[in-house]
Amino acid sequence: MALFLRDLKLSVRAGGGALIGILFFLTVVAVVPFGVGPDLNLLSRIGPAIVWIGALLAALLGLDRLFQAERDDGSLDLLLMQETPLVITVIVKCLAHWTATSLPLVIASPLLGLFMNMNETAIGATMLTLLAGSPAITFIGAVGAAVAVALPRGGLLVSILVLPLTIPVLIFGVSATYAAVQEPAPFLPPFLILIALTLFFAVIGPASAALALRNTSD
Amino acid sequence: MHLAVEKLAARRGDDLIFVDISFYLTGGEALVLTGRNGSGKSTLLRVVAGFLRSEKGSVTFTDSGGRTDQRLSEVSHYLGHRNAMKNELTVAENLDFWRSFLDDGSQAPTASIEDAAEAVGLGGITHLPFGYLSAGQQRRFAFAKLLVANRPIWILDEPTAALDTNAGRLFSALIGEHQRKGGIVLAATHQSLGLSNVQELRMKGFAGAETEIWGA
Repeated sequence: MALFLRDLKLSVRAGGGALIGILFFLTVVAVVPFGVGPDLNLLSRIGPAIVWIGALLAALLGLDRLFQAERDDGSLDLLLMQETPLVITVIVKCLAHWTATSLPLVIASPLLGLFMNMNETAIGATMLTLLAGSPAITFIGAVGAAVAVALPRGGLLVSILVLPLTIPVLIFGVSATYAAVQEPAPFLPPFLILIALTLFFAVIGPASAALALRNTSD
Repeated sequence: MHLAVEKLAARRGDDLIFVDISFYLTGGEALVLTGRNGSGKSTLLRVVAGFLRSEKGSVTFTDSGGRTDQRLSEVSHYLGHRNAMKNELTVAENLDFWRSFLDDGSQAPTASIEDAAEAVGLGGITHLPFGYLSAGQQRRFAFAKLLVANRPIWILDEPTAALDTNAGRLFSALIGEHQRKGGIVLAATHQSLGLSNVQELRMKGFAGAETEIWGA
């Protein structure tokens, strides 16, 4: 609990990167209409996918610092020493990271939906699927962050390691959103699979991250 | 309460850093590790604290009630080269976090944050962000971290680096106080800490890659 509050405080203080994530998200999504051109129908068709990809990239942005910042100042040693199971420590750190960086993305997504000329149903569905799917991204990312913790330029490596693993989340997130908008396809099955993915990664993500942290300590 | 280390050996990469290190400490005793740079002082402390796997040998801690099932890392404070404090947070927030995170659930009283700051000679500035302080002040507050949570064993890796002589004496007094309460101290250092009830272990360093340690 104390760890959760501390991580939240850290991410809103200077250099925490919570704001950077949102700005990056806004920028990426805002740039797309310029590239695609002023075709409103096209925009509203690809809108949910663009918002999802933007959120995915923005969520990955700060993930590499999840454990590296702790390692740099020696806190990681003390976190590793404690009797609190390391898995719990990792889960708490993931939740704090999600609250600080991914939750603002979810909240900002309706605004970007307007940029993309999406209707209300599509905006609501995007927000809902992002809310359900973004924790999975954080949990997967924690594994990458733990593996790359000792590397000096680990940030890029984390993204490369993590992006392929997040593809299922992206697929079901976007397909659930489309299902909500386009008539024949049912919304519930892809959405439930998305939730299942999040729960699945909530279990194996922290466990493997803890394992990686134990073994990379030097 | 005692700590027994038997025939410890550790390896980094292909090279054995040390072999056959044994010592036995009871409550109130201190072990000071000396030796030139690179002789394996930090490695030994990290093996004892459980960050590195030992190649051979054992570390057993028996607490005052005779229990031996606790891992040493759970009853130890570790003060490494880095201070384990966040620059963005104030000193009080840092100490408060470690206080609740390191809390072992026992009823024994711990120093309050302001008392701990007084003890390291820096009362009244705990509202400042940690990053604003000088290296010596940061080191002192890192040491104050040991006072806000109770741990019987202190593992200190060059605790007096970046400190003036005054602070060095202050640390020695605090370590002495911990020993009087029955704590065990393991410290790697270059300066003499002026402790009493001390065993000294001189690290020779680099046991060599060829030394056969698996033999009888």
